[in-house]
Amino acid sequence: MTALTHRFQESQSFWARSLRGILGSPKATIALAICLILIATAIFGPSLVPQNPYDLAAIDFFDARLPPMSNSMSGTTYWLGTDGQGRDMFSAMVYGLRTSMGVGLFSGVIALAVGTALGLTAAYYGGRIDTLIMRLVDLMLGFPTILVALMLLALLGQGVWKVVLALVIVQWAQFARAVRAAALIERGKEYVEAAASLGLSKPRILFGHMLPNCLPPIIVIGTLQVANAISAEATLSFLGIGLPITEPSLGLLIANGYQTLLSGQYWISVYPGLLLLALVFSINIVGDRLREVLNPRLSER
Amino acid sequence: MTIFIIRRFSQSLFVVFLTSLLVFVGVYAIGNPVDILIPADASFAEREAAIRALGLDRSLVAQYGTFLVNALHGDFGRSFVFNQPAISLIFQRLPATLELAFVALTIALMLGIPLGLIAGLKPRSVTDETIMTGSILGFSLPNFWQGMMLIMIFSVWLGWLPSSGRGETGEIFGIATSLASWDGLAHLILPATNLALFQLSLVIRLTRTGVRETMPLDFIKFARAKGLSERRIISVHVMKNILIPIVTVVGMEFGSLIAFAVVTETIFAWPGIGKLLIDSITVLDRPVVVAYLLVVVTMFIFINLAVDIVYSMLDPRIRLSETQ
Repeated sequence: MTALTHRFQESQSFWARSLRGILGSPKATIALAICLILIATAIFGPSLVPQNPYDLAAIDFFDARLPPMSNSMSGTTYWLGTDGQGRDMFSAMVYGLRTSMGVGLFSGVIALAVGTALGLTAAYYGGRIDTLIMRLVDLMLGFPTILVALMLLALLGQGVWKVVLALVIVQWAQFARAVRAAALIERGKEYVEAAASLGLSKPRILFGHMLPNCLPPIIVIGTLQVANAISAEATLSFLGIGLPITEPSLGLLIANGYQTLLSGQYWISVYPGLLLLALVFSINIVGDRLREVLNPRLSER
Repeated sequence: MTIFIIRRFSQSLFVVFLTSLLVFVGVYAIGNPVDILIPADASFAEREAAIRALGLDRSLVAQYGTFLVNALHGDFGRSFVFNQPAISLIFQRLPATLELAFVALTIALMLGIPLGLIAGLKPRSVTDETIMTGSILGFSLPNFWQGMMLIMIFSVWLGWLPSSGRGETGEIFGIATSLASWDGLAHLILPATNLALFQLSLVIRLTRTGVRETMPLDFIKFARAKGLSERRIISVHVMKNILIPIVTVVGMEFGSLIAFAVVTETIFAWPGIGKLLIDSITVLDRPVVVAYLLVVVTMFIFINLAVDIVYSMLDPRIRLSETQ
């Protein structure tokens, strides 16, 4: 019971500290607001937009490549124009936002879970297990993200789950390294000794007691990694080796506009790109601020 | 030192070996090599002959042995599309990529170090905030979209620079390069800028951190007490200390420049190995894909090895902590 209340207070003050830190900087506050608006748009947007861009009955091929603010054959206005198939860009972007965010968040959360578990294990057991895990981490971090992802997808082929898998493989090591470093400091503290002398099981000490105290670096890296994952997915999809055309993310929408860019039809690639930039930029600003507030010692990169 | 180098070298060889295993498993075990290595329009008899010629009827271990031996001889098979050895295709395209990466790195250093210095010397000022927000923007800009915007602004709207291709190459010291002619330079500016922006942000952050860590140290105070000008303190004493981490990180980043060149080359139709890779993936030209992956990974591992060795020469603590 006491451990529970202690943990509760600890986590509460941690979240409060994070929120205070963000609200203390106008720049980060605006960025957080943008993030929240975009998340809400990704969740509720697709049911509110004027058109389902992937319902063949709803799109009209005669409306293809209309500039922003032009009227459709049936009288509605395309605020951001239409693409090569006559889809409303605005609606397509809201759907794309959902896909991009979904893939980014999902792969980020899995990488976080895998990396945290391995990092805690390495720190707690030490010895051979530690060496083995950390060698693997060094190996992974030695390669640039995009090279590993390219390599995996070149071998595996396209697909949502393959992209998620590739993103998890390139991201887990970041979490493992940070969690291990934080857990090594925690391991030497008295509460861990106390928990061990009470006869608690190792998993319980690891996940129930040490993990909550390792949260700050996990949250900071998690935020930045989600931004990275979204951007990596967009890049891979743009190159044509990421998501298939049936699951269009923002990267794929931008790729669609690549062909028409030279003929001056800028809106097909500019607007989805701006949305992608707003998303990644605001997540990065929030993450950067969190790092300053929660963990000033964390290496700047 | 020798032991350190030998150990690092054997570790590197091991990683190269692992990569070859991964690529082999990816191509030969997960995918069906018959579909991958034999053109789809081959007749049944041709298929049978090819399966025997490629040794695909033998066990996986035996096949891996052959693959490894061939790879060590630089033989990755012939490209279906170009009908020439995959490895020679890679080496034909490699100089264009290296040139692009080299120019991008130069741009990143020439702009990044001064900007980082300015930001680091006046922390929390408006200039610092602006430069640092700019560097987050540089990290956040999707590289491919940024390239398209460069084309849109400078090629389509303003019409100042060409949007694709490598342009005319000339020779400097017997090496074909775009730096030798105006046409080549004009073609190089946009792709190199596009590739440089991410590294530029990185260099700014590294320099700023270095400056902020170095400025409060005693030897700087001593230099001030000695009456040295601020200019000299920064350009000699501070720079010397922050250059080591910058050089190391940038050295390692050269590999990611080559990887990131895939994106830039695709957008600007730059005839390097990155564009070759994407084209080969699209038309399922697997021998070229395999050759690219192995050559680039090997190159990358040996760049890291070289950086490690140089770093351990500059800072002996690294090598001492390893041998403990």
